[in-house]
Amino acid sequence: MKKVLKYVLYDILRNRFVIAYTLLLLLISLAFFGFEVNPGKGVISLLNINLIVVPLVSIIFASTHFYNSYEFLELLASQPLSRKTIFFSQYLGVSISLLMAFLIGVGLPVLVYEGTITGFRLVLTGSILTLIFVSLAFLSAVITRDKAKGMGLALAIWFYFSVVYDGLVLSIFLNFSDYPMEKATVLFSLLNPIDLARILVLIKMDVSALMGITGAVFQSFFGSASGLAVSLTALIVWFISPVLVAFSKFNKKDL
Amino acid sequence: MIRFENIYKKFGNQVVLHDICIDFEMGQSIAIVGPNSSGKTTLIKILLGMVIPDKGNLFFDDILIANNHKYRGKIGYMPQISQYPPNLKIYQLIEMMTDIRKNAGWKGTPDNELIKAFDIETFQNKTMSTLSGGTRQKVGAALAFRFDPSVLILDEPTAGLDPASCEILKDKIQKEREKGKLILITSHIMADLEELTDHVLYIQDSQIQFFEKTEALRDKYQEGKLGKIIACLMKKKAKSELIPTYV
Repeated sequence: MKKVLKYVLYDILRNRFVIAYTLLLLLISLAFFGFEVNPGKGVISLLNINLIVVPLVSIIFASTHFYNSYEFLELLASQPLSRKTIFFSQYLGVSISLLMAFLIGVGLPVLVYEGTITGFRLVLTGSILTLIFVSLAFLSAVITRDKAKGMGLALAIWFYFSVVYDGLVLSIFLNFSDYPMEKATVLFSLLNPIDLARILVLIKMDVSALMGITGAVFQSFFGSASGLAVSLTALIVWFISPVLVAFSKFNKKDL
Repeated sequence: MIRFENIYKKFGNQVVLHDICIDFEMGQSIAIVGPNSSGKTTLIKILLGMVIPDKGNLFFDDILIANNHKYRGKIGYMPQISQYPPNLKIYQLIEMMTDIRKNAGWKGTPDNELIKAFDIETFQNKTMSTLSGGTRQKVGAALAFRFDPSVLILDEPTAGLDPASCEILKDKIQKEREKGKLILITSHIMADLEELTDHVLYIQDSQIQFFEKTEALRDKYQEGKLGKIIACLMKKKAKSELIPTYV
């Protein structure tokens, strides 16, 4: 496993796209912290990058990479290697390189300008979001053999979590506005990793006061130690379960 | 050595292999022939564990290969199209394959004959993405022969190679053949197959039509050239499908 992973990393880290992504993140972070006098505001601006750009790049890059290395996967499959080694060396290769890009591009500037608990939460949730969307990308790439369909599915997944889901939740709230929905909002946010990441960062900031009654419920749930544990567990489940399903599919797949 | 026992495979609704039973022995050099999409590549992919059969068992050295990957250490495979990670340098790719084999328990000195003959060392610092199709084929061939495997599987080995490299590769195949290895070749170039193989496995309509010695075929059809025999068989089969049979 280690041997194959080493060469997969050699390959991906020299990929122009990964290098460009690192530089772009670094540039954006430095710009945000440079323009804002208050580094806290820089974190809020970065949060939007975290919630939109990071998932999008992760899911698109990971699925493109999977489809482009398909013939190479075939060649590896003809070697004395188990499917497990083949699959996880690719998965870890992509995850590690995107994580490194994120940690250099966002982690480093945050550490320098805003090394607080909020900054730490931003970096942590961004890292987990990277892992989650790489997992989802591998799942969609394993399910569909056709590259165009697979990329479409990947984009649809991203679109669902970052745009459609919030719309759905909002329409539910509007239709059931006569009922107390505060507790349900907690449940709804656990079902979307992007929302979860947003809340985990915002709850540590003063702006959470702007969220009204829901904000108070959030504050009491996500602000508590047990709530934090539940939400972190939810995030971890979000990245482990897709990759396990993807692996069990890959294990029985005809290459 | 290799035994297919009642192998069935379907892709969707399409039957690709139907009840394949066959035995390959060491020392045989086998030409796998058949019309396009007759199941040749699927047969090879099942042998390599890339495609998992719906039914049936496959034994390598009397060991069942389902969920087993060690046996592939004894196989050298040269794919039809060799695709490698684009940013990896050639020497790194060779290193990687060597590491994989060593991890799987291979102890021996690597066979660098093809690497030398193809002058791979002169471009070993180039990345894979800069190579032409023919050059990739050379790398693929060099890797297939490098670890002295007892079984060689070559999928269209000469397609895409220039005439000089083609001869080098054919000489190498002959040499390995003399060592008593089991060699499986698919190709549409009958002249190559005639030179390199002594058995013919003919697949059509998802089934094995026959598996015979080339000599026996020549006697049976009173025809010297393998190409003509195969062409004749393919036509006959196509005709018999066109004419409806009335009872």
